[in-house]
Amino acid sequence: MLKRIENKVLSGGRLTAADALRLFESDDLFTVGRLADAVARKKNGKKAYFIRNRHVNPTNICVNRCRFCAFSRSKGQEGAFELTIREIIEKLGGRQKGRQHTALHGISEVHIVGGLHPDWPFDYYLEMIATIKKQFPKLHIKAFTAVEIDYLAKISGLDLYSTLVALKAEGLDSMPGGGAEIFSPEIRERLCPEKISGERWLEVMEIAHKAGIKTNATMLYGHVENYRHRIDHIMRLRRLQDKTGGFQAFIPLAYHPRNTEMQGGYTSGIDDLRTIAISRLMLDNFDHIKAYWIMLGEKISQLALRFGADDIDGTIIEEKITHSAGGLTGEQMTVDQLVNLIRKAGRIPVERDSFYKKLRVYS
Amino acid sequence: MTRSKKIERLGNRQALSLLKKADILELGQSADERRKTLHPEGVVTFVIDRNVNYTNVCVNQCTFCAFWRSGDAPDAYILDDATLFSKIEETLGLGGTQILLQGGLHPDLDLDYYTRLLQSIKRRFDINIHGFSPPEICYIADSSDITIREALQILHNAGLDSIPGGGAEILSDRVREILSPKKIKSSRWLEVMEAAHGLGMRTTATMMFGSIETPEDIITHLAAVRDLQDRTGGFTAFIPWSFQPGNTEIGKKGAKAKGKGSGGKGQNRQLQTVSSAATAVEYLRVLALSRMYLDNIPNIQASWVTQGLKLAQVALRFGANDFGSTMIEENVVASTGVSYRVSQDDIVNGIKSAGFRPAQRDTCYNILKYF
Repeated sequence: MLKRIENKVLSGGRLTAADALRLFESDDLFTVGRLADAVARKKNGKKAYFIRNRHVNPTNICVNRCRFCAFSRSKGQEGAFELTIREIIEKLGGRQKGRQHTALHGISEVHIVGGLHPDWPFDYYLEMIATIKKQFPKLHIKAFTAVEIDYLAKISGLDLYSTLVALKAEGLDSMPGGGAEIFSPEIRERLCPEKISGERWLEVMEIAHKAGIKTNATMLYGHVENYRHRIDHIMRLRRLQDKTGGFQAFIPLAYHPRNTEMQGGYTSGIDDLRTIAISRLMLDNFDHIKAYWIMLGEKISQLALRFGADDIDGTIIEEKITHSAGGLTGEQMTVDQLVNLIRKAGRIPVERDSFYKKLRVYS
Repeated sequence: MTRSKKIERLGNRQALSLLKKADILELGQSADERRKTLHPEGVVTFVIDRNVNYTNVCVNQCTFCAFWRSGDAPDAYILDDATLFSKIEETLGLGGTQILLQGGLHPDLDLDYYTRLLQSIKRRFDINIHGFSPPEICYIADSSDITIREALQILHNAGLDSIPGGGAEILSDRVREILSPKKIKSSRWLEVMEAAHGLGMRTTATMMFGSIETPEDIITHLAAVRDLQDRTGGFTAFIPWSFQPGNTEIGKKGAKAKGKGSGGKGQNRQLQTVSSAATAVEYLRVLALSRMYLDNIPNIQASWVTQGLKLAQVALRFGANDFGSTMIEENVVASTGVSYRVSQDDIVNGIKSAGFRPAQRDTCYNILKYF
């Protein structure tokens, strides 16, 4: 059934949207998995990556009301929070070593995403980045989704490029891939009507890549979309990546239904694995496919390392967004746990930096 | 791996080699094909039941268990009739057909207690009593000074319908000596099952892996189950599940044989520690191999209670064809801090979204209702 696709993949050919649909509709989970595994091994050998990272959410106050989100609050609403820059620095922690701080837990990256705050000025964000950089010069700052960047451009009155350059000048090192959801306008209308369009998301990313900022890309699946919407999403990412080469990793995100306006059910473990595998097969120009354990669960993430993923994310330490929506995992994993999961999947654990440079191989 | 249509019985050496070395995707695919051959209709079954634990007092005090208490512990209990009956009523109200009646080995309970317990349930309710795993049967027999067969006959007459396969852990006395030195040896576990099958009672078989056993021990276990099944045909299903280290003696980091009333005085117990549960890949490997090896057992259960719903769904493509029970109440695994709780709707929807047709079954795997 999948022979033709198999031959194409093994000879290094590029799959079409029609191929992707056949893969999604195929019951042959193992052929799909094995092909993706073969492609992942061609790209990354037997390595599987993790990172010592920490998430920080500066605020959950957001002017958007995405229907799949259980994290956002209005100003003054119960549970709304705003971190000061000092509080952010304290979360990153640290012993004073000479005149420099070392980030807590030996993390090498901080991942910062938050709500679109109605009052914070652009300067607040610049100062946040600058202060973190000053306190922790070695810490990689991966911050602000395309949605936040668009919003920052709006409040700063600058164009996208100048906004990004300004942030970069203060110490922004790379950008996460959130806010992509599903690009299709008909799905966005139902999912997140106030959020920037798929086109705008891609535009922000294109400009970020032009500004020399590497980014990730995500896809939130398992809500009201169908396979065609997922494929359209993946194809648009592939086209932009052909143009810029600025994406580092693709991260399919499994929808979580709890406490959201949309509700519905969790995705199935089989759908998760299939989506990881098909992403690996379709996105031949992405170096990395990440099985984000917070959203897939550590068990499916581990298995995903044999279905095309080569990255399992990191220690994370504190996670609020998925956990607001009924995340079933803990909020952190230790390096020992990550190494154990990767090893038991038959892969070689590699601790990476934010640009996938090897920091340590656990052979 | 041969792909021939004819199903050849796996030898022990071959099975060991698969367990140790097979690529997980290839092993999974073979098990999936085997499952499809045995259950081509694409139905995944489950039973609606409730675990009723009549007492948590147990003289065995196994190192991997977080449920047991000593008799004088403040939270030691014996379930009273009123509570028991209301639990059963609730179960029937939810469409349940079975209770899983299990408990600790309580030193003060005698045969009369158990027969009265069974009779009092059967007098009031039309429900299948799936109860008393082999360690309990042996304890009941020993404390009344009767044979296993006699004990089973008396309990069966009093209303015991079928026997759960718990307490098997790993059927290797080397492992049992370390994990559960006071628990019955492998041969007695098998003896209970053989006697039960001889009396026409169906049973399941379990295996708890991922503690301190070797791959060889797993094969020993599977071989013992398959051999017995060749003789009796009494096993309905095999249920592999992974050891959960939370709150257990053996799961404690750097655990020394600790006080907790354990009577290991002077015994130089070799206490290894296991700090993390088997990973998903290890679970699926054992599950898939079980499907391949146990060619004479019709059903393999996925354990959502230890693996979570998502991995249980994946398990349906790695050899499993049954989702176990809805477990309206579960206490033993929950006491290790692992508490995947799911509703009947979650199970039905979970089976559907994994690509199968959900069906409620009874204890003997007769289908009662499709969803």
